[in-house]
Amino acid sequence: MSRPRSFRQSMAWLHTWSGLVVGWVLFAIFVTGTASYYRTEISHWMRPELSETAADPVAAATRAGTFLQKTMPDAAAWSIRLPSAESPAVTVYWWRSFAGPFHHALLDPATGERASVRDTHGGNFLYRFHYELNLPPIWGRWIVSACAMNLLIALISGIVTHRRIFADFFTFRRARSAQRGWLDAHNVMGVLALPFHLMIVYTGLVTLSSMLMPWAVKTAYHGDILRYYADAGILVAGRPPVGRPGQALPLGEIVSRAVAVMGETPELMVVSHPGDAAATATVYFEEPPGLAHLHPQIAYDAATGAELGRVGEAGAATRTGAVMVGLHEAHFAAAPLRLLFFLCGLMGAAAVATGLVLWTVARVPKKGAPEGLGLRFVRILNLGTIAGLPAGLAAYFLANRLLPAGLDARADREVGAFFAVWMLAALASALYPRPLAWPIALAVPGFAFLAIPGVDALTVGEFRFIGFDIAMALLGLLLLLAARLAGRRVLARNPAQSRLHGTAEA
Amino acid sequence: MSAGQVSADRGSAHASATRAYRLSVAARVLLAAGGGYAIAALASALLPLILPVTRAEAVSAAMITSFAIMAAAVIWVFAARTVGRAALVLGLVAALLTVALWLAGAVQAGASA
Repeated sequence: MSRPRSFRQSMAWLHTWSGLVVGWVLFAIFVTGTASYYRTEISHWMRPELSETAADPVAAATRAGTFLQKTMPDAAAWSIRLPSAESPAVTVYWWRSFAGPFHHALLDPATGERASVRDTHGGNFLYRFHYELNLPPIWGRWIVSACAMNLLIALISGIVTHRRIFADFFTFRRARSAQRGWLDAHNVMGVLALPFHLMIVYTGLVTLSSMLMPWAVKTAYHGDILRYYADAGILVAGRPPVGRPGQALPLGEIVSRAVAVMGETPELMVVSHPGDAAATATVYFEEPPGLAHLHPQIAYDAATGAELGRVGEAGAATRTGAVMVGLHEAHFAAAPLRLLFFLCGLMGAAAVATGLVLWTVARVPKKGAPEGLGLRFVRILNLGTIAGLPAGLAAYFLANRLLPAGLDARADREVGAFFAVWMLAALASALYPRPLAWPIALAVPGFAFLAIPGVDALTVGEFRFIGFDIAMALLGLLLLLAARLAGRRVLARNPAQSRLHGTAEA
Repeated sequence: MSAGQVSADRGSAHASATRAYRLSVAARVLLAAGGGYAIAALASALLPLILPVTRAEAVSAAMITSFAIMAAAVIWVFAARTVGRAALVLGLVAALLTVALWLAGAVQAGASA
């Protein structure tokens, strides 16, 4: 790169390498993040014991308060997600310090005791994996953010490289040569959903900005981020504990007051310093219609039920940031739009995958020449990630249905199944005979996904899960189709070896 | 992609040229990551002190623009003709931002005292 080159050449180089070095992690982030658009649905499917009848939120809040009082009366805070039509159980968290650990339970709204439901992390595992990679949170978030910045650079340099952006929309030269075919596929996946890709990567960075870029809060607020949140209209201001014990109202009483004032049931209630005379109960309502991720909030004195304050009005810049977070999470999106986001996310994963394969196809050695170490390394990682991760996902869902309900640390074993099968599939795919590696590696998760509806029908067999089961079957068929396409390239290549060079070697 | 072929040129008589090339790429990567982040961090620290909006709004604006600033700095590092030129410009911008931050910080400390 030291020799003089044009801007476009530099950017082409940058696109290739910035994309390659983080491509495998990005693929996993895209896949699990895309699945997170259906986090609630996945969690429902993985907890089939939960009914779908909405419970009374007032009584449920009081019962959750009783449970938390028994469990940790001197917590730093309790958080209670109230039952709603979408998620009928009550999710509670409690913690002694903000450094964690954060304890968690799912309560039956009718009894206020732990719901008798199989132990699982549900869709939350995939959601957290997409920004923490199952690593210690700080590590995971920084690594994911570095990958996201790399992707942002890859997108910008890709746009510069790709002059004929609109003409190439309609170009798909699959028959011309293997490399052109992969390049066109990469372009279609990348360009068609380009606004989505740019949006999702930038807004993803913004969601983590308080960790990534704390410097503005450092200079303007001396690092007091809660004060910034209160000033900006993101959170309602809290108050410190006074150190004297206090007697809190039943939490349902607070919920009733909130419903009376706002005319709707809050989503979430956080009780800070429960047991203290200055305990505060803050209720969070669903985001109002619109894109911004700004929850209306009211803070109550937990002992008297008096209103302490409400969240302020957010200004233009804060609102812009909140819209970015809102766009990333897509909570505003009704079913058709959410499906579109989901499909765009899949296209993002496909753009990463085709880019990774393209790197190897473009570097296939001339006939007879040995394959270099770097090329072999990339090829094996490609197989292990692109075909291995879906196998792990299918295993995660299958483990949910097949592991015995009373198993010790059951939720962690489901996660263990995810990683074990992913690693196994990756190792196996490195050993498959070369021309058949892609067809076999893709067919394995294809059949595994196709098995999910059958296993679900045999173990749970409830009609309300038909949508999820159909989606799994479709994913399975999609993977089998991909396997077939990869296989057909092998067949097409054999009679005319000289024409296409190195499709199957990808 | 052409650069990939360049680096695949090893084995020829250009071993030292390849080594120099690799060093320059490594230097750019380090400069882009460290320098790009430093520029973004300095800019986001400075913006709340100079933007003519409320303090909270300025912080929000600084946080959401910081990633665009970093991306621009990184693109510059890889687009520049030589690593030295990239480092020089980045260093100048960082120095300017630091001086501005010091001035803005001093002004603010005096005003609020």
